[in-house]
Amino acid sequence: MTLDIRLRHRFPDFALDIAFAAEETGITALFGPSGAGKTSTINAIAGLFTPESGRIAIGGETLFDTATGIDLPARARRIGYVFQEARLFPHLSVAANLDFGAKRSPDPLPPAERQRILDMLGIDHLARRRPRNLSGGERQRVSLGRALMANPRILLLDEPMAALDAARKADIMPFLERLRDEARIPVLLVSHAIEEVTQLADNVVFLDEGKVLASGPAEDVLSRADLSPRGAFLEAGAVISGKVASQDDAHGMTEIGFEGGTLWVPRLTAAPGSPVRLRVKASDVMLALEEPRGVSANNIVAATVAAIRETADGLYLDVELTCGHARLLSRITRKSCERLEVRSGMTLFAVIKSVSVERHARRGGEENSGGA
Amino acid sequence: MLHGWLSDAEIEALALSLRVSLVAVGVALPFAVGAALLLSRRRFPGRGVLDALVHLPLILPPVVMGYLLLVTLGTRAPLGHWLDATFGIRFVFSWTGAALAAGIVTFPFQVRAIRLALEAIDPKLSEAAETLGAGPLDRLWNLTLPLAAPGIIAGAITAFAASLGEFGAIITFVSNIPGETRTLPLAIYSAIQTPGGEAAAARLVALSIVLALAGLALAEYAAWRVRKMLGT
Repeated sequence: MTLDIRLRHRFPDFALDIAFAAEETGITALFGPSGAGKTSTINAIAGLFTPESGRIAIGGETLFDTATGIDLPARARRIGYVFQEARLFPHLSVAANLDFGAKRSPDPLPPAERQRILDMLGIDHLARRRPRNLSGGERQRVSLGRALMANPRILLLDEPMAALDAARKADIMPFLERLRDEARIPVLLVSHAIEEVTQLADNVVFLDEGKVLASGPAEDVLSRADLSPRGAFLEAGAVISGKVASQDDAHGMTEIGFEGGTLWVPRLTAAPGSPVRLRVKASDVMLALEEPRGVSANNIVAATVAAIRETADGLYLDVELTCGHARLLSRITRKSCERLEVRSGMTLFAVIKSVSVERHARRGGEENSGGA
Repeated sequence: MLHGWLSDAEIEALALSLRVSLVAVGVALPFAVGAALLLSRRRFPGRGVLDALVHLPLILPPVVMGYLLLVTLGTRAPLGHWLDATFGIRFVFSWTGAALAAGIVTFPFQVRAIRLALEAIDPKLSEAAETLGAGPLDRLWNLTLPLAAPGIIAGAITAFAASLGEFGAIITFVSNIPGETRTLPLAIYSAIQTPGGEAAAARLVALSIVLALAGLALAEYAAWRVRKMLGT
């Protein structure tokens, strides 16, 4: 089932005007700064907010269409919604919370499927507890389970980790990764955190000030240098997809193979062969005309200059590099650019310190689903 | 045990008081929940009027309430006459009239407590229930009312305690008839009016104080238990 959405709404302080489609499976991230219209958008999909005009359809079914006057109430839309603050029912046990949607679903899941969800989220043992006796991460997992148990046609996650501290985030991330790999429905993730999006999203819809600035595969959207509106929100960088090539336990390092070569990064807990996504910030990539020797940086990659762009503030230059199909972005000063005489098409060496690489393991299908 | 301490007439007054208050609060409760739901959840024309009507017994002298009941539900008033002729329902000089008067006078206590409890419920929970397929009545029954239960119970017990003490509205509306409408406060009043009745009055006063305190303690305890049960 694909999700098609197009909507317009005028708020007192800004206008929402967006259109996009989400894939049948995998996670599509609605990514953008606070106030971009992300939550309004998923509230419209869930039926909790009625936009002035637009159309929302899942699979072949229209949930909302101002042209034909269709507006299904939220309770009939069969959309799973995981809220930022979990919103578990405090007077019910975890088991009763999990059953709440399941009991009301017109198409309830068979017991085996329900058990699979409990196992995937690791919440089976919490059944008799009360929500107030759960940790933040447990609450979010139960909330996720409650939404999935109702057998929804699509799952909406509204910044599911925003209310959690770093440790709790690390707690729940593996479960979201499993969800992405195992869910058979489209998942729409609202987030303003680049780490989350890099780690989880297959596709990204980049929103700002109520408009879609870019959408497409995560690698493409998150590597675009021109998407740093409002200055520091999205620091320019490039996403590289690769696989774990080897582990160096003695030094606590992991070697990642990608199309342009290999990168050494601080240790990832993932088996060799596991898919991995890395995001390398443009300001962490140094350029050299000749292959440097005797430098501390572990990673030196030969790359070709594809384009040179001025940054939005005009102070620096972003050099777009390709190595194979992979891309890198390097932010340098005009002075460096003149000194090195950087031109399109020339071959350079990109120097990347291991410690500056943002690591994001993508769990592979079977071989690593047990977690590490 | 009570027989050694209280006279039959005094026990009768106590039993009558409990019965009147129980019926008054029990019958008024669903209406109080309804009024509290309307006042806390909905914006509608006449909301201000309803709000004022609900609170009227709180600010009007009970004697005035009793008088208003008498002129609307007395057997010679059109409404009272109709009820009597059609259903055989007669409130005047009857304990049911006392319950009606007590129920109306203590209605605001119930509505206020329930309304506070309803307004304390996070409306986001209702949204969550909606996305899980729950319609409005479903949400009311399975989410809103259970979460408001501590307030509903506290309101009912407070109203019960207050209605044990109702005097003006009852004596004005249904008079002071032993065994029928002479509740505890009316019995105290009668005892004071009777030469040599001071001892009886003192006993009934002590009883009233104990009842009132027990009611308050019970309200606190019940609300605490329910809150614990609900896990809120």
